[in-house]
Amino acid sequence: MNALRNHPQAKWIGVALVALALLALPFALASAGTAWVRIMNLAILYILLSLGLNIVVGFAGLLDLGYIAFYAVGAYAYALLASPHFGLHLPFWVILPIGALVAALFGVLLGAPTLKLRGDYLAIVTLGFGEIVRIFLNNLSTPINITNGPRGISRIDAFSIGDFSFARTDAFLGLTFSGPVKYYYLLLLVMVAVIFINLRLHDSRIGRAWEAIREDEVAARAMGIDTTRVKLLAFAMGASFGGIGGGMFAAIQSFISPESFVLVESVMVLSMVVLGGMGNVGGVIIGALLLSFVPEILRFTVEPLQQRLFGRMLVEPEVIRMLIFGLALVLVMILRPGGLWPSAVRRRELSAGREAR
Amino acid sequence: MNPPGARNAEAAKPEQPVLLACVDAGKRFGGVQALDAVSFAIRRGEIYGLIGPNGAGKTTLFNLLTGIYAPDSGQFTFDGTSLAGLKPHQVTLRGIARTFQNIRLFANLSALENVMIGRHARTHAGVIGAVLRNPATRAEEAAIARRAMELLEFVGIAARADDAAGSLPYGDQRRLEIARALATDPLLLALDEPAAGMNATESRALATLVRNVRDRGVTVLLIEHDMRLVMSLCDRVLVLDHGERIIEGSPAEVQRDPRVIEAYLGAELPASGVAKTGGAAT
Repeated sequence: MNALRNHPQAKWIGVALVALALLALPFALASAGTAWVRIMNLAILYILLSLGLNIVVGFAGLLDLGYIAFYAVGAYAYALLASPHFGLHLPFWVILPIGALVAALFGVLLGAPTLKLRGDYLAIVTLGFGEIVRIFLNNLSTPINITNGPRGISRIDAFSIGDFSFARTDAFLGLTFSGPVKYYYLLLLVMVAVIFINLRLHDSRIGRAWEAIREDEVAARAMGIDTTRVKLLAFAMGASFGGIGGGMFAAIQSFISPESFVLVESVMVLSMVVLGGMGNVGGVIIGALLLSFVPEILRFTVEPLQQRLFGRMLVEPEVIRMLIFGLALVLVMILRPGGLWPSAVRRRELSAGREAR
Repeated sequence: MNPPGARNAEAAKPEQPVLLACVDAGKRFGGVQALDAVSFAIRRGEIYGLIGPNGAGKTTLFNLLTGIYAPDSGQFTFDGTSLAGLKPHQVTLRGIARTFQNIRLFANLSALENVMIGRHARTHAGVIGAVLRNPATRAEEAAIARRAMELLEFVGIAARADDAAGSLPYGDQRRLEIARALATDPLLLALDEPAAGMNATESRALATLVRNVRDRGVTVLLIEHDMRLVMSLCDRVLVLDHGERIIEGSPAEVQRDPRVIEAYLGAELPASGVAKTGGAAT
């Protein structure tokens, strides 16, 4: 194993194998049913969200419980600019950057009044912010109908470039590319870009400034770090990833309503970050994958299992899902308080805590 | 090494230009006049001591200087320009670096990372540079790491570069804080009780380090309780008591001054024991 790891080309062979597996994945999933490709797409969306939130929570240490608001902003930005609702049909490559920018603006809007808050207090304000955005979306149907209220916006355009539409099934090189499979590849591309940006930001002057703020804000200021700017930057960067994710979500679902952006979604994304390992990009990805897939697997296994064991359904899959979800979180926090794959910094923090006790 | 007295006499060069001038600084907290019309001037290249009993206003003065509090009255002029209205990070950018009385390192980051963060003030890479990692950013990152390592060597803890700052022994944490402050390329390094909690050996080593800092061309402002350290290290000393300036002068002058003796020991005691027992009295 060590010999393999030390081999200079081993890393690139590993990368190539993972890339191949990811490229082949949708066809393997499609053979089990297109539903699984859709689930995979949603999982990637959650990875995008988790990585965005990871910048705010994991890197800069700012607890944000309203993160889903940025997802909502991105989704509505896309829906309003590419649906019959306003009769606008801008191309997605125009709207996604707009959505990212608008979300970043909302990030700054949330960040600016909360600059002096930390920990619990920041969490409360961000929670309120998330709810405010959702309630606005619910009520901005009168006097001027902007969001269409709780009925949501439907018939949202799919992504398309010229004649190539992401919603249509195409055959290419003897392979069938259904809509979800096409979206999968696009999401994969965006995900790789977001991972890349996350990793690079972490090992940079800006990333170090975020870490400094998380560790000790007073000392960070004494190092010449403009904490106001650097914090707002974290909020804006995190939010823009959420905005891009939201735009893609709107296009893939072709229907959105405020119901998709409730508090539980914020909590879900935060759980992915915490469970996987705050501050560690790899951990966060694992957290997002686990929390997206396990419930779906349960959905498909709980019912047949009960039918076979008891002859009928005793417990709804949804109930078991939440039960296992809660149990898993509690277990992880007891057994691996830094998350499944903690960052080096969190590991140090926790081991230092143990020594002190 | 020169004996302390000789060094003090030789280093007090009045012709050196003023680096930091403080005129009539005042600060009130509720009913307490923490600082009352204090004036002083620090010259380039000197080690300037600031002493006084607990509650004398040393830390308040320090916090006014570094932008943590705004003064009620008075004016700080540093390197020819006013510091009025600057935030702490802007003060650092102007060239005043500080350490903290209760060490405030980034405890979970490595010693090297701590010093690298200190370079933030003098580097420029933003988000785009971080993501693209273009040649300019790469060169800057390499320079940051090089400089940080050089500073760790300077303070003598290069061997612990990869250890978590919080896991270093106490004396090394003090040294790391100085290295991190030096990373901001200061003209003035302000040390807030750096010898607190150190034994005699450690504080002698600290004194050597502070002299080395000065020999790099950095002016030093030293707040300290350890009287022996102040008297052996400083070129000039300012004594505060109850927020007021008592005297400023060479360590020898200050030690002889009856008002200083009174402030530290009470009026009725004889003057002879100050240098030795002054530290213990605080």
